Amino acid sequence: MVIERIDEQLPGAILDRHAFRGDQTIVVDRAALLGVVDFIYREGFQQLMDVTAVDGGQRDPRFDVVYHFLNLTSQERLRLKVRVADQESVPSLTGRFKSADWAEREVADLFGIPFDGHPDPRRLIMWEDYPGHPLRKDYPLDGGDAFCSQDIGASYAPDARSLNG
Amino acid sequence: MAELNVETPRTSDADRMIVNMGPSHPVTHGTLHIVLELEGEVIVKATPQIGYLHRGVEKLGENLTYQQFIPLTDRLNYCSSLMNNVGYTLAVEKLLGIQDPPRSRVLRVLCSELARIGDHLVCIGINAVDIGAFTAFLYLFKERETIYDLFEMMAGQRLHSSFTRIGGLFRDIPPEFVPLCEQFLESCPRAVDEMERLLTHNPIWADRTKGVGAIAPENAINWGYTGPCLRAAGVAQDLRVAQPYLDYETYDFDVPVGTTGDVYDRYLVRTEEMRQSLRIVRQCLDKLKEIGPGPVIVDDYKIALPPKEKVYTRMESLIHHFKLIMHGIDMPVGEVYSATEAANGELGFYLVSDGTKAPYRIHVRPPCFPIFSSFDEQVKGRLIADAVSILGAMNIIAGELDR
Amino acid sequence: MAAINLDDSVMTTRLDAVVNWARKNSLWPLPFGTACCAIEFMSMMASRYDFSRFGAEALRFSPRQSDMLLVLGTITNKQAPILRQVYAQMAEPKWVVSVGVCASSGGMYRTYATLQGIDRVVPVDVYVPGCPPRPESIIFGAMQLQKKIEKETLMARREHIEQFYASMDRQEKLQLERGLTNYQVVREMVLAAGENGEQKIW
Repeated sequence: MVIERIDEQLPGAILDRHAFRGDQTIVVDRAALLGVVDFIYREGFQQLMDVTAVDGGQRDPRFDVVYHFLNLTSQERLRLKVRVADQESVPSLTGRFKSADWAEREVADLFGIPFDGHPDPRRLIMWEDYPGHPLRKDYPLDGGDAFCSQDIGASYAPDARSLNG
Repeated sequence: MAELNVETPRTSDADRMIVNMGPSHPVTHGTLHIVLELEGEVIVKATPQIGYLHRGVEKLGENLTYQQFIPLTDRLNYCSSLMNNVGYTLAVEKLLGIQDPPRSRVLRVLCSELARIGDHLVCIGINAVDIGAFTAFLYLFKERETIYDLFEMMAGQRLHSSFTRIGGLFRDIPPEFVPLCEQFLESCPRAVDEMERLLTHNPIWADRTKGVGAIAPENAINWGYTGPCLRAAGVAQDLRVAQPYLDYETYDFDVPVGTTGDVYDRYLVRTEEMRQSLRIVRQCLDKLKEIGPGPVIVDDYKIALPPKEKVYTRMESLIHHFKLIMHGIDMPVGEVYSATEAANGELGFYLVSDGTKAPYRIHVRPPCFPIFSSFDEQVKGRLIADAVSILGAMNIIAGELDR
Repeated sequence: MAAINLDDSVMTTRLDAVVNWARKNSLWPLPFGTACCAIEFMSMMASRYDFSRFGAEALRFSPRQSDMLLVLGTITNKQAPILRQVYAQMAEPKWVVSVGVCASSGGMYRTYATLQGIDRVVPVDVYVPGCPPRPESIIFGAMQLQKKIEKETLMARREHIEQFYASMDRQEKLQLERGLTNYQVVREMVLAAGENGEQKIW
């Protein structure tokens, strides 16, 4: 398993690991991210499928930045997570993976997580002077638009927003 | 070209010209905006700007139940909506740790492959229209209308079928479906042949597409290419074979692979994939006959709604119905990433559940997002007309690009 | 001198009637396709439904040369200023058909990103419901528009056209004053209209 080899090569880099329904997840120290990514790249995880983030709400540190890697030879998948607090930055993977370019810009835009060393850190989805980061949990779904709340359908789960805190 | 009042970078270089392609432009599929910096007719730099169709689907998903998200998946890649339904329900089923009944699995494969054919028909047809060949589009759309008819029979809607449910399907196919599908299996290869006669050896088509947008396999992998665009570059990666789901390993089909990754190869790969998909549809119909009638949704009323006749006549079923509608499915706490081979490439759903009825986080990994991010590298140093054919062959669907 | 019989060669009618007859039978559509409805629009133009039968086959992608703006699909807040720009660039006469629920009311997307109906930012003549509407529905919408054109007087639309251009001036002024992008200006105008209980910004 690649995870054991990471542990051997870079002791202390993996803070936590778990598996659920066959998906392997490792939580990696923010400072060791580039080292781990370099290592798994050499191990064959050459495709960075996706970069996204999860807002933990009140949790500390607040955000999980989630990377999905695919090994095209062995068809293994690996999920890598980095925990960051609000306003804390993550090292950019654009030096290694070109696919990280837009994916990181999207996360930076919608979650407000800065990426260190990104060559083009403009917003991707929303426009330049858009206030706020919409996918954060404290951002309202309607974005303050009064038209959204008019005759809202009953099928919308009314308590879901408070459940998600 | 519609030049719009959007901020354009100014340059003092007198030879350099800025052309805005989009956001309202005939060849921008959906709504894209590409700022092209030209020297004469050669593209020096292309800056795609996206987000014009960002509808907040992921945020909306956090406020809906798992079942309610299915109609939103239709509207991601609206050229092949059924495949998105299948991909999403497979992700939720992975989260739940369940499997749908065998008949439903065959039907899911059947409708996925029909949707794949439909998607490729649109992609090739529109790519040809953009380049200037209108005739192929008309021939191909005739077949697509038959696919619409088949979907309408299945789900009651032409485009946004919302056919799958968590644990199975909305309903079984009607008896009229099989004869029409057989008819389609006869007429579609003829239309594909006809299209090939119009395009494959057409010197204009070859001039406009051969060598345009070529990409090396290592580069394509690094950019996160998947699907026909990656296979055209020579990497035989197809999730249906590599990481089989829905018993794809029991079907007999080939994975076409290109050599250069240019627009012409992408076209050939898509054409061959349509033929292979037709083979799979044929096998699906045989399998359906073999399996015979049976349930198309799991028999677990904590996941799937009980049939209506039971709801109206039995107390227990009524309670199940009520519980499922009001409280949703009891989800385990955890996170899954499930990927399927959609028409454009790997369509992934990343679900994070906190045990409540609504997903804590729902993220879609659209196949054309990483592909489109390589647009600048693809068109650099080429003519403006090549940008149009490259854009068409990437098959950008704004709905899934921006979500 | 023999009386000249003019009955066969002269017809008297109102100017409106002649002009409207000509206008309704040669609508030049501008497909402003953004999402799923644009796929149904393709079906409508293709072999089976053949929209050419209604004298509206000459698709023009330039706003200057068209007079029926078909808004096909979701208009997001980022797209709203572009839609306004396209509408402003169209020459008179011009009509807008809002195809699909997303364009008509925001549809299922009641979110921060989606404009809750294009009638908040541009005048709309015909709404076509459906998600997406069938090609028949879009054709029916175009036929309803033809009926509407038939009954119109030449001056009838003057008021809302003037209102619209006044709102474009307001938008421009606000943009210069505040130094914002056009996206943000339109967004703030929509938000302000919602708070003040107004239905539209034009």
